[in-house]
Amino acid sequence: MLTRKRNFGAFLFCVPALLILAVFVYLPLFENIIFSFQSFTLSAKTREFVGLDNYKALFSDPIIMQSLFNNVLYAVISIVMQVGFGLVIAAVLEDVVFRKTESFFRTIFFIPTLLSMTVVCLLFEFVYNPQMGLLNSFLELIGLEEATHIWLGDSSLAMLCVIMVSQWQSYGYITMLFIVAIQKIPSELYEAAIVDGAGKLRRFFSITCPMVRQMFFVTMVTTVVGAFTVFNEPYILTGGGPGTATMVLSLHMYQTGFVKNQMGYASTIAMLIFIITAVLSSIQFFSFGKEREGDR
Amino acid sequence: MKSKRIIPRSFSGILVFLFLIILVFLIIYPLFWIIISSFKDYQGIYQDVWGLPDEWHFENYTRAWDRGISQYFVNSIIVTIVTLVGVVFVASAASFGIVQLRGKLGNIVFLITMGCMLLSPQVCVLPLFMLLRSLGLNDTYFSMIFPYIAFRLPISIMLIRSFFVGISKELEEAAVIDGASLWTIFSRIYVPLSKPIISTVIIMTVYYAWNEFMFATILVDSSALRTIPVGLMVFRDGLMTEWGVVMAGMVISCIPLIVIYLFMSKSFIRGLTAGSVKG
Repeated sequence: MLTRKRNFGAFLFCVPALLILAVFVYLPLFENIIFSFQSFTLSAKTREFVGLDNYKALFSDPIIMQSLFNNVLYAVISIVMQVGFGLVIAAVLEDVVFRKTESFFRTIFFIPTLLSMTVVCLLFEFVYNPQMGLLNSFLELIGLEEATHIWLGDSSLAMLCVIMVSQWQSYGYITMLFIVAIQKIPSELYEAAIVDGAGKLRRFFSITCPMVRQMFFVTMVTTVVGAFTVFNEPYILTGGGPGTATMVLSLHMYQTGFVKNQMGYASTIAMLIFIITAVLSSIQFFSFGKEREGDR
Repeated sequence: MKSKRIIPRSFSGILVFLFLIILVFLIIYPLFWIIISSFKDYQGIYQDVWGLPDEWHFENYTRAWDRGISQYFVNSIIVTIVTLVGVVFVASAASFGIVQLRGKLGNIVFLITMGCMLLSPQVCVLPLFMLLRSLGLNDTYFSMIFPYIAFRLPISIMLIRSFFVGISKELEEAAVIDGASLWTIFSRIYVPLSKPIISTVIIMTVYYAWNEFMFATILVDSSALRTIPVGLMVFRDGLMTEWGVVMAGMVISCIPLIVIYLFMSKSFIRGLTAGSVKG
């Protein structure tokens, strides 16, 4: 009897959190599933049930293919530049050779993480600006006039330019995560390897890589989920243009819903994002549970 | 074995060092350029992209402040503080409840919370917009604050709960014998002992609420409620070619987090890397 009363008291502590999550996370998700089978506008009082029509439209929508391609490109470049390269730089900085300068470098590399995406995007508008932009001015300065471009106006380059913005911002953050992981590796492992005559490369591949594989996995999933939900950069920099060259899934969802006023179909696009990211995050979720058990 | 040199001796070491310096340059120079250019007028930026200002236009900053940044700044502070209080209070209470619950119920509550981590905010934004409208919240600060709290709760509860689990039960048992209520145990024992993890959660939440863009741009109708990340966009569109003033606004918007970082960079980095489970 006492336990039951105590349990009720303890449950009361959970109520605010459960209420907020129910109303602002689970209810919208549930509604979104229903909306994806309906057709309606923002101002509509009634919603028409259209069955699987929205899902059929999803598969014949050329912008979806373009968006998926861009999201995948985003993911691939982010994995190579942030996860792959970030691990290498973290390993380099943790090397004894850089003991004196390591904290300087990592403090600097971390600075872009502090800036809001708006500031970073506005900054890169000045970098990419065709008339006075830093990039074109620099190319002219070193005598490469023919390499100058209207960066964000060129449909073959615009997506790469947008992707580079996130690389610039997030790269230091991923490096920092790897530094934290590398610092947890017992130094005896390296000392033993040095005694055995292992070189730096050998130590990197045989000790560092296997020891940080959990962090490697976490950053990998975080980066890929981030790549499939990216919204801010294309929204601010290009609005999906020129044409649909820089369209991504969440921007397409936003424009379908709020600009074209097709809320039902927009919810179907949201479902596509949901399925992709939920699968990816659940992989990470369960692997993280294992990692914590391993730590204890 | 320990190297005392700043620049490595070996050839490959020097190459790597140069490469790192280039990376530093790629990060620092654009930021430096923004700061320098924020003191220039349009002509100054357009005609001499690289140089220092001929005339230092300090008034760019007062103009940016008067032309709207002050309002955005106040909005951001209000939204950030209310979100912060909400997250810390609701998340630590829920973590306490989860730890105290006997039987399966604690695990069920914990799983319900963690389930939200599988969900990206992008998936909820359309129904959230309609929900907030039908609740009549769409023209209030709460149209940002509630979603912010909701999406910060899972990670915060995860961190605080794992800290609570590690708190020694002896104090608690002594308090129970003295007849202390759950509330007393929570507010007098658990919260005071959890300052490290709560400060981590504070930093993560401030960082999130200050920089959040998507919810703030989609869920808020009224221009009077815009936070800094959204306000800067409006600011840019409204000022057209007054680049110096726009850049002054950008610099102002970064100051709070940069200051926190400079004064508590260790806990800042700890805070943001603890969030690596979900960025």
